[in-house]
Amino acid sequence: MTKFHMNRRTLIKKAGLGAAALSTPYFFTKGAWADSFCNNPDTVGKIIFGFNVPQTGSYAEEGLEQLSGYKLAIKHLNGEGDGGLLNTFSPKTLKGNGVLGRKVEYVTGDTQTNTDAARDGARRMIERDGVIMVTGCVTTGEAVAQQSLCQEMGVIYMSGLTHGNETTGKDKRRYGFRHYFNAHQTGIAIAPILEREYGKERRAYHITADYNWGWSQEASMKAATEALGWETVAAIRTPLGLGDFSQYLTPVAHSGADILIINHYGHDMVNSLPQAVQFGLRERMANDKQFEIIVPMFSELMAVGAGDAVKGIIGTQNWNWQLDDAGSQAFTKSYGEEYGVPPSQSAHTGYVQALLYADAVERAGTFYPPEVIKALEGFEFDGMGNGPTLYRAEDHQCMKEVLVVRGNENPSSRFDVLNLIGKTPREEATYDPSIFEGELGPYEPNQC
Amino acid sequence: MFSLSRKDLTSLVVLAAIVLTMPIWLAPFGAAYPGLMQKFAIYAIFAVGFNILFGLTGYLSFGHAAFVGIGSYTAVWSFKLLTMDILPAMIFAVIISGLFALVIGYFCLRRTGIYFSILTLAFAQMCYSLAYSVLTPLTNGETGLLLAGNDPRYIDKMFGVTYGSGLPTPTFLGTTLGGYGGFYLTAIVLIVIFFISQKIFASPFGMALRGIKSNQTRMMYTGFNTKPYTLAAFVVSGMIAGLAGALLSVTDPLAGTERMRWTESGNVVLMTILGGVGTLFGPIVGAWLIKYFENIFSAINSNMLNNFFSFLPDGIQSLMVTVTSKFVGEGWHLTLGLMFVLIVVFLPGGLVEGAKRVAARFDRKKPRTGPAPAPQPAE
Repeated sequence: MTKFHMNRRTLIKKAGLGAAALSTPYFFTKGAWADSFCNNPDTVGKIIFGFNVPQTGSYAEEGLEQLSGYKLAIKHLNGEGDGGLLNTFSPKTLKGNGVLGRKVEYVTGDTQTNTDAARDGARRMIERDGVIMVTGCVTTGEAVAQQSLCQEMGVIYMSGLTHGNETTGKDKRRYGFRHYFNAHQTGIAIAPILEREYGKERRAYHITADYNWGWSQEASMKAATEALGWETVAAIRTPLGLGDFSQYLTPVAHSGADILIINHYGHDMVNSLPQAVQFGLRERMANDKQFEIIVPMFSELMAVGAGDAVKGIIGTQNWNWQLDDAGSQAFTKSYGEEYGVPPSQSAHTGYVQALLYADAVERAGTFYPPEVIKALEGFEFDGMGNGPTLYRAEDHQCMKEVLVVRGNENPSSRFDVLNLIGKTPREEATYDPSIFEGELGPYEPNQC
Repeated sequence: MFSLSRKDLTSLVVLAAIVLTMPIWLAPFGAAYPGLMQKFAIYAIFAVGFNILFGLTGYLSFGHAAFVGIGSYTAVWSFKLLTMDILPAMIFAVIISGLFALVIGYFCLRRTGIYFSILTLAFAQMCYSLAYSVLTPLTNGETGLLLAGNDPRYIDKMFGVTYGSGLPTPTFLGTTLGGYGGFYLTAIVLIVIFFISQKIFASPFGMALRGIKSNQTRMMYTGFNTKPYTLAAFVVSGMIAGLAGALLSVTDPLAGTERMRWTESGNVVLMTILGGVGTLFGPIVGAWLIKYFENIFSAINSNMLNNFFSFLPDGIQSLMVTVTSKFVGEGWHLTLGLMFVLIVVFLPGGLVEGAKRVAARFDRKKPRTGPAPAPQPAE
């Protein structure tokens, strides 16, 4: 075969040609994106919401619930079904004729309970599917990753179920909003109940899911319980999605602790709590006191999953379908009619977030993100099931009441698993946003 | 130094054309968006690098994802500590992953075959566990390493470069890389890496590696010290994996432990085998196919299937949807597994062999290269 030789001159020539050829498509595409903001529905031709939730992995169940909530929200926004919370939401702006008079469509994605996959999914939605807003998550890792991506792209992100302080603390973003409560508020809400139930002299042992939500809940619970006078014996970190936690639970019995605080969520908690109960921890006496277990952050799905082990366990919740205000009842009714089961708090927060975004667009009169953000910041609303609520401008965290619940000893049905034992009013659950560092960043939208 | 045989030059030009026109020809497949095309290019780089070790020496490493992770973390730390420019990030990522490859390779290459594979897997799992739990101050564990507004960035400070409010984005000599900018960067790196791999395949060094693959003992009996050769191949492929990791962080400035998981190491083996081990194009084709499946097939849900089969009568439609829904969405691994089995059984040389067979069938000029009919014994 003949050898093909290239000298320096031809190489340089060819490199120049190559570079010119390379840049051609770049100039083509550049023009296509030159628009006032990313995925302007007028350019895309449709209003598309992106629902990015875990459909596989440790938190899949919660993610699928959330997706059901979002789908219901789309129905109600487009005027199908009974309208749900559109009827109780005040101030009343949404009419059930879509957003700004146009029907809303959606695309879905699977975050696989994984930060990288969540970001990939959000990117696909923004770059390919042309979504105007991304929403959904069940871990704080997913929330933080997606919201920083959305800030870079100039697309608003309405987080789903994320309880870590980072989402509206250290890693808050101008383009990210959270309706769900956080670990710090859990600490505020649960402390008085813990004092009432278990006294001031306790020794607590933490086992914590090893990622940013676990860390922040552990820190908030430590701060809240140590303020009561409790002592922290140890705090052990466990990998996510482990399944068998016995190696972490064995040392608890002989550690001198008389309280076990499980900072786990989803499948992890469904596994670790029954294992802790099977270990006989709750029958033990330690330091002349009854040994107790606390799961600071509860959900109905977890309580159902953990079965009998949840009986008598104290935790906090964002929302519960058994609340008797008009908003909660309206939502429980339309969700029940649609899916045949009562909604979980994951479905509720997703549903509410989708409605809040649509409402903000309606009030701003435009999809232009900075205007929508300004409409959401400092927005005071009611009728969504959590009482009067404020979207705080300083950190984009919703300020509302927090529920303290206890695992039902005598459940009347499969869904009647949690009893409400306390409501911390909004004034008490409000905290100074400056205790967490981090800054929101600019309003100006980036081009995607 | 830059000379190539005519055949190699043609394949380089063909590859460059295919890669650079991706935004056009991927559009009908719904994959022409920068996020996925960047992944295509980056994982092709990873697979090409892996093929230098596996394809040429036959050493099957089950721990190459560790180098991707190391590259990613190094790049993000370079963004955090030094500068947002991508060049130092990429250079450091290659150097650090090369050092790791040197150490890991030194130990693992003392054994061959299955023992080598197990050793690399063990080292990779060690790296993963370290990143996941022990080294969380360095890696930020499950959450992943992210940029922060108040990172020191000493070199940027020295030159007074600021990034305004909000998080900085990686830059290339002062210009920010958008979605398409990032894609063309990765595409050019892929072409360069392909060129390097061509040079290695055609060099005496590559020949020695092939010799090691076909019979290492015989190579040693001829007085040939194989150790430095295998180690060099291991380090080179580790460095390329590190470069791929750095590019992942360049296009999306974060690094997570899941990049180091054993499933990722397994994925690159699948990519290489699916496309064709030891061929130049094979790993690239395999990487694209798997990434396409992962991103597009996994996003298909039963709603989309219902629409797709809506032309069929009701009963058949629901049947088709039930059957196919098992193979898409979260069941996409099933499709991948099935395809893998079929290819390994019927096309041991991967898709590239398949393409060659098809080409041979349509090529009438050349006589078919089957075994010549055995001469009949005279009666």
